[in-house]
Amino acid sequence: MKIFDDHRYLFGSATALFVGLTMLVAIMPAIHNQENNRPLPGAEELSPEAGRGKAAFVANGCVACHTQQVRNVDMDRQWGSRPGVAADYAGIRRTDFWRNTATLMGTERTGPDLTDIGNRQPSADWNLVHLFNPRIVVKESVMPAYPWLFTLKDEPAESDVVVNLPEEYLKGRKGKVVAGREALDLVAYLQSLKQVPLPDGSEAPSFLYARQKNEVQKDGEAPGGPDGKALYVANCQACHQENGEGLPGAFPPLKGSAIVTGDDLQLYVDIIMNGFDARPEYAAMAPVGTNLGWTADEVAAVINYERSSWGNSAPEVTAEEVKEVMKFIDQKIAQP
Amino acid sequence: MSEYNWFHMAQSQAPAALSLRLEEVIIGGLALSVLVMAALLFFLAVALRKKIISAGPLYGTGQEGAGERLREHVGKMSSFQIGELLKYRLAPFKPRLMAVVLITGLTGIFCCNGANAQTPVKSDGSSLLGEGGIIITLILVLLPVLTGLILLFFRIRKIMVRQNEQLLSEEAGSLAAYLGSLKPEDVAALERRKAALDYALTHRELSGNEPAEDTRGLLTVNSAPGLPIVAVKKKALPRPHIDPALSRLVITYLACATGWLLFGTSVGEYVGIKFVAPDIDQASWLSFGRLRPVHTNSVFWGWASLGMLGLGYYIVPRVSNVGLASIRWGWYALCLINASVAIGTICLMAGINNGGGEYREYVWPVMLLFAVGLGLTLVNFLKTIAARKTREIYISNWYMVSAIIFTIVIALVAYIPYWQNGLGETIVQGYYMHQGVGMWFMLFPLGIVYYFLPQQLNKPIYSYSLGILAFWTQILFYTLIGTHHFVFSAIPWWLQTVAIVGSAGMVIPVVAGTTNFLMTFKGAWHKVQDSYTLPFFLVGIVFYFTGSLQGTAEAFRFTNLLWHFTDFTVAHSHLTMYGIICFFLWAAIYAVVPRLTGREAPQITVGAHFWLALIGLMFYSVPLMYGGTLKGLMWMEGKPFIENVSAMMPYWLWRAIGGSLMWLSHIFFAYNMYRMIVARPAPDVRELAIRKLAERVPAEQEKA
Repeated sequence: MKIFDDHRYLFGSATALFVGLTMLVAIMPAIHNQENNRPLPGAEELSPEAGRGKAAFVANGCVACHTQQVRNVDMDRQWGSRPGVAADYAGIRRTDFWRNTATLMGTERTGPDLTDIGNRQPSADWNLVHLFNPRIVVKESVMPAYPWLFTLKDEPAESDVVVNLPEEYLKGRKGKVVAGREALDLVAYLQSLKQVPLPDGSEAPSFLYARQKNEVQKDGEAPGGPDGKALYVANCQACHQENGEGLPGAFPPLKGSAIVTGDDLQLYVDIIMNGFDARPEYAAMAPVGTNLGWTADEVAAVINYERSSWGNSAPEVTAEEVKEVMKFIDQKIAQP
Repeated sequence: MSEYNWFHMAQSQAPAALSLRLEEVIIGGLALSVLVMAALLFFLAVALRKKIISAGPLYGTGQEGAGERLREHVGKMSSFQIGELLKYRLAPFKPRLMAVVLITGLTGIFCCNGANAQTPVKSDGSSLLGEGGIIITLILVLLPVLTGLILLFFRIRKIMVRQNEQLLSEEAGSLAAYLGSLKPEDVAALERRKAALDYALTHRELSGNEPAEDTRGLLTVNSAPGLPIVAVKKKALPRPHIDPALSRLVITYLACATGWLLFGTSVGEYVGIKFVAPDIDQASWLSFGRLRPVHTNSVFWGWASLGMLGLGYYIVPRVSNVGLASIRWGWYALCLINASVAIGTICLMAGINNGGGEYREYVWPVMLLFAVGLGLTLVNFLKTIAARKTREIYISNWYMVSAIIFTIVIALVAYIPYWQNGLGETIVQGYYMHQGVGMWFMLFPLGIVYYFLPQQLNKPIYSYSLGILAFWTQILFYTLIGTHHFVFSAIPWWLQTVAIVGSAGMVIPVVAGTTNFLMTFKGAWHKVQDSYTLPFFLVGIVFYFTGSLQGTAEAFRFTNLLWHFTDFTVAHSHLTMYGIICFFLWAAIYAVVPRLTGREAPQITVGAHFWLALIGLMFYSVPLMYGGTLKGLMWMEGKPFIENVSAMMPYWLWRAIGGSLMWLSHIFFAYNMYRMIVARPAPDVRELAIRKLAERVPAEQEKA
């Protein structure tokens, strides 16, 4: 065609087509979304520490492996109680004049999603140990270690946050590992990452592609019962470890534990559901069961796994017993 | 150093993961051996059938047909045979029987081997077949059976051959008897026949009897070429008149690009190793999250972009048939882009980045340098095209100039520092990163291919219209597909759907482009084996088709479920960025640099570069695709997250191995660049001799 022999027409029309489509699929939807979404009522601004922690998260490129988006598909259910909505990100604004907005949604999930990590792993001690070297607590991990966020002191001050580590990770050096400010900020940011509940009455989008319940049960598993070992691996093992021995100075052992093998089922269930922070030598435990919305079936499965592993041999509990105890604990919390 | 090192990790992780997948490997092996067996049986059947059919006429003919067949034999005799026959014609002839019949053994062999040939595969319960031990046992049983079958095949074949020989020998006996009884007139006919068969041209009908002389200098006789280690390919043709100033500019672009390729892929290799040895170092500047964008950005904006632009500076003036508007601006652009990548790399390693969007990690002042470099190039190219001496604008320039315009638009949209709050950032990120890939790294190299492929094949592009169709449909569909990186996220559902539809639409430009390139090869396929640039083009075209359509397949909702967030996407981006873009760039660089410098790279190192890059890419991407699929399945099954990390370990190890091969190929490429640009070629003996003579003659004249 003749008009394409004129470079002005040719490149003018190609540019017009491209810019027009850009307006339609990028600029207009982007503007519409940033103008018409507001943060959820329950959302909190980042604290100054968490804000600095987010900057450290961005600077170290954590988003290369960690997403922050719960997709509306069933397989993402483990990362949050509901799929993400536009309002979840509406409060995130441009970092500053030099740097862009960091929604940190990510495109790779080499490590776990962090949308709700503040609920899933609230323990500062665990996070600090994990940051110093992830393989101390998760031996299969391929996450980088961040020892430069910590300093080694012979006599830590009163205000210093000391991180208890197994000797071998100090590589022969003496002293106490003290968390630097950037490490504490980073942990503050991770602790702040919690999915905000939708306001009452609004319906969350549903998870699509729900998995068909497998009718054929594996050997040795009660029909319809949850897999206690899988629940343990996914939710307890990071602290209490695969061998049930915990980590000295950080996380207590379950192997031979009086609570696990003893008779006080109420205390046991209470700890699983509502957390525990009564022993100063160990880190605080998160309300794992409540965060994950565990039913009596799941709690019983975990208890039975813990009671029958690593040489523990305490009597099994039934879901009914656990249900009774859970009801009693709920009543106690409701009427303190 | 930490107590975790590569080997430690590889040892402690791999066995667990390997044992997990052992079953699959075994099932795969079993399936393979069954397939091989089936193929062998099929081959056996076909071969036997052929034998039987060929033997048929010998068994089936009666006495009355025999005479006719013998006469036919005489008619088919060659001149030599007739000569021999005439020599022996009067000598007494005794037919001898030489062959021994062996057929009795046949049935016996069939019987005893037949007992072994029963396949031991029993219809066990499916649960049993899934057990590792049983599968191993089955394979162990199958192996000797398979060997027996192969032996049986060869024995049967031998018997058939001997049987055939026997029959032929009998036939020869009767033919000899017939020949002995020929009448004199038959002999005379045979002599005439021999004379006719012996007739030949003198081979001087056209050339005459004068000695040959090459009066126009068309022939070069290369005697004693020696034993070639690599196949000898055609030399690059010397091209007259390329402005030395432009030549220097283009070569510097390509040399800088090579430098960034070496740097960027060394970083990439190191980052890949970190997957199997996470504690290889613990320095902040070298940590994974900081180095990964250093790798991607330096190979994108350093290697590929500078390589593309360097080739563009060669092509645009050439197809416009004028000089480049301003060589000085070309140098400015080169400096700006190099500065952008160098400063950007230091920023990223120091922890200064833009907020984590992929390929948007440089902060805007750094990216501004790149954009200004592009702007200068655009003006330069447009001025050159405006001054062109041809009426049309060659299709290469459509692609390349549009790519620069679009990339400037994309950079402006993504980097203007006043907007993109909340989800706006995500929508623009999807747009930015995919347009960067599709409009810059795809459109521009396509322009390069539209110039160099016809040039290297020495024939015009198959269809100009297909190129134009691909151009417009690429703009129409590619612009839409950015958000397919955020399918199922919180961005609007309609936008996700538009992206998926656009991804499907990409079939049109991809098929049009591939067809166009492959049809250009039509009738010139033989040139591939003579050329060391065409294989690079061919690989690039194959990956252009497969890699691009893989992208379409990945965009669908179900495949997103399976593959999104996994290492599959890493494999995909390497199949495309490396398989398409790098191979096209290498092809064009090997085509153009010898034309500019007059020096070629050794063919053996070009070959090493090609094969290491190709094999390395396969080792890199196939395990990652397989492992990525397993990872997605494990997520869908709701397995604990850490299990897929362990399961990926062997595939990450393969990735590191493949990456090492790719990296090694770049060393060869850099050496080839050195040989093409810097290295002094070995002096030409003939030229040297003439120069010496020229020096000696005046000296002798002076003496005289």
